[in-house]
Amino acid sequence: MPNQKYFQYVRKDRLPNVWCPGCGNGIIMKSFIEAAGNLGLDKNKVAVVSGIGCSSRVTGYLDFNTLHTLHGRAIPFATGVKLARPDLEVVVMGGDGDMLAIGGNHFIHACRRNMDLTVILFNNTIYGMTGGQYSPTTPHEAIASTAPYGNLENNFDPVKMAISSGATYVARSTVYHYTQSVKYIEEAIKHKGMSVVEIVSNCHTYFGRYNGMSKPAQFMEYFKKSTVTLSKAKTMSEEELKGKIIIGEFHNDESRKTYLELYEELSEQLGGVAK
Amino acid sequence: MPTKLAITGAAAVAHAMRQINPDVVAAYPITPQTPIVEYFAQFVADGVVDTVMVPVESEHSAMSAVVGSAAAGARTMTATAANGLALMFEIVYIAASMRLPIVMPIVNRALSGPINIHGDHSDAYAVRDAGWIQLMSENSQEAYDLTIIATKLAEREEVLTPAMVNLDGFITSHGVEGVEILDDEVVKDFVGQWEPKYPLLDVDNPITHGPLDLFDYYFEHHRQQQEGLKNAYKALPEVFAEYEKISGRKYDFLDLYKMEDAEYVMVVMNSAASTAKYVVDELREKGIKAGLIKPWVFTPFPKKEFLEALDGRKAVVVLDRAMSFGKEAPLYSLVKSALYEAKERPMIGSYVYGLGGRDVTPAMLHIPFEEAMKGELDPNEERYLGLKE
Repeated sequence: MPNQKYFQYVRKDRLPNVWCPGCGNGIIMKSFIEAAGNLGLDKNKVAVVSGIGCSSRVTGYLDFNTLHTLHGRAIPFATGVKLARPDLEVVVMGGDGDMLAIGGNHFIHACRRNMDLTVILFNNTIYGMTGGQYSPTTPHEAIASTAPYGNLENNFDPVKMAISSGATYVARSTVYHYTQSVKYIEEAIKHKGMSVVEIVSNCHTYFGRYNGMSKPAQFMEYFKKSTVTLSKAKTMSEEELKGKIIIGEFHNDESRKTYLELYEELSEQLGGVAK
Repeated sequence: MPTKLAITGAAAVAHAMRQINPDVVAAYPITPQTPIVEYFAQFVADGVVDTVMVPVESEHSAMSAVVGSAAAGARTMTATAANGLALMFEIVYIAASMRLPIVMPIVNRALSGPINIHGDHSDAYAVRDAGWIQLMSENSQEAYDLTIIATKLAEREEVLTPAMVNLDGFITSHGVEGVEILDDEVVKDFVGQWEPKYPLLDVDNPITHGPLDLFDYYFEHHRQQQEGLKNAYKALPEVFAEYEKISGRKYDFLDLYKMEDAEYVMVVMNSAASTAKYVVDELREKGIKAGLIKPWVFTPFPKKEFLEALDGRKAVVVLDRAMSFGKEAPLYSLVKSALYEAKERPMIGSYVYGLGGRDVTPAMLHIPFEEAMKGELDPNEERYLGLKE
């Protein structure tokens, strides 16, 4: 029997989903659903916004107020939603290409403003939907359809990027670390201010096939073996950390005011109606 | 010896790009353009072209990079579709105003919203006033040929205008068919070496591109762009003739199909013309004098050629694969306008079809002909083929 607690958040008539069998997107979607269930979120009080890409299809399956927008533009749309309806919990979901390349500017500026959004970054290190072109998180030297002899460029570290841009809750998990993913998403939703949860995922169809990991299970093995927790990472040398994925809560600071708080303060100061 | 390959339209365009051998390609993936860039990336990686390829972080950056490299004096190409073209929009105009002969295949796809990845012509129409030459292809062979032709045309000194080569998303870009690829050397000779007259990299003769241009000269520069398009119109027959010499394939402003004695004429662009030709054949078998016009050139719009081809016919039905909300459909309004000076004005009707990739069937294309033959055309009514309501 499917658990009603979770199924209330799913548009069952839209299933099965379009994702390749074994895709990590489903795991991330379920992580979010479980987090929402644990927090007892009222689905009518949540808006989920996505851009374009495989992971952005998630808004079709989730039964909240959903907005499927333009490539790279989920964060500005979400910012608009939050400004108009500060009472809504606004969650942005999307991929590395969507949020860090074409929408990279919006990502850093939402962090800078400390917009009260929860961003869940599905990082599969490739453009999956368009056929495996390298993205800003594709590792240096990895193979992609636009880099048949290896990626010349270096990749972003989304966690460092979010922290240095001003996000106030930043965490990373992988699709193998389901329990942690649920926990971080819960924390991110509860957090006041810009929250970024990066979940490293698998695109075995493109990234995997090009780089010797064509089966989802190989990714699971890889995530299991090459992940270290943040506390352990602190005891390791840079050399030892090479090629490792560090997971954990990297940053959690509620002392900084959110954009909306500052806006309301100013509005009150000037005698306007704070809402 | 030309080689016949069974390849997709995207691969055909990538082969044309390989033979043109641009100095710089900057692109961003978007369905259904992606395979063009993927095939081309393989050529770059294999070292069979001299191109520097930059997979940038958005189409806005792609068109910006392309403008920069073309201004520097490089032969430059990119490719995109629909929303990618929409994101490029502001620089699309700038490329034309800076007179940079960039060649850009557009894999036609419906513009959002709601989001749709399949073929229609809303993207091509959206940039019809941007100042680019717009060539239209029915199939992979034409997409290949017109990409080579576009390069030759755009770079002519009296033209110096960027060019788009349109091919239908999925139907042409992803469908496999036989394509005759010319010898590399033949294409190389045909397009020649690009010798920019005013490159930024000519440091001994410094120039500036794109400075502020207010009420003092903006107007004149735009008038000169119009001159560039007029010159493109004059140069096209010559370029087509030169291309026929190397390929044996004859292009013109308009592809006239069974038009000699045609009384009922359909006008349609790109891949749907193949279905329309089949319908024309069916009607001819029944003794009906049907014909078809498919423009190979959309901008500069071949107004005179349309007038000559349509004056005196009984009826003309114009099919548009996109709408112009609140106005007549783009191709229809242009064809109608071309008939202003007709001596014997035909009846005329507007039909919108295939939006968002909706399938186009022969049965569907029989309808406009039937309505024309019954004398039921209304020049002021937009009709819809295959609409489910």
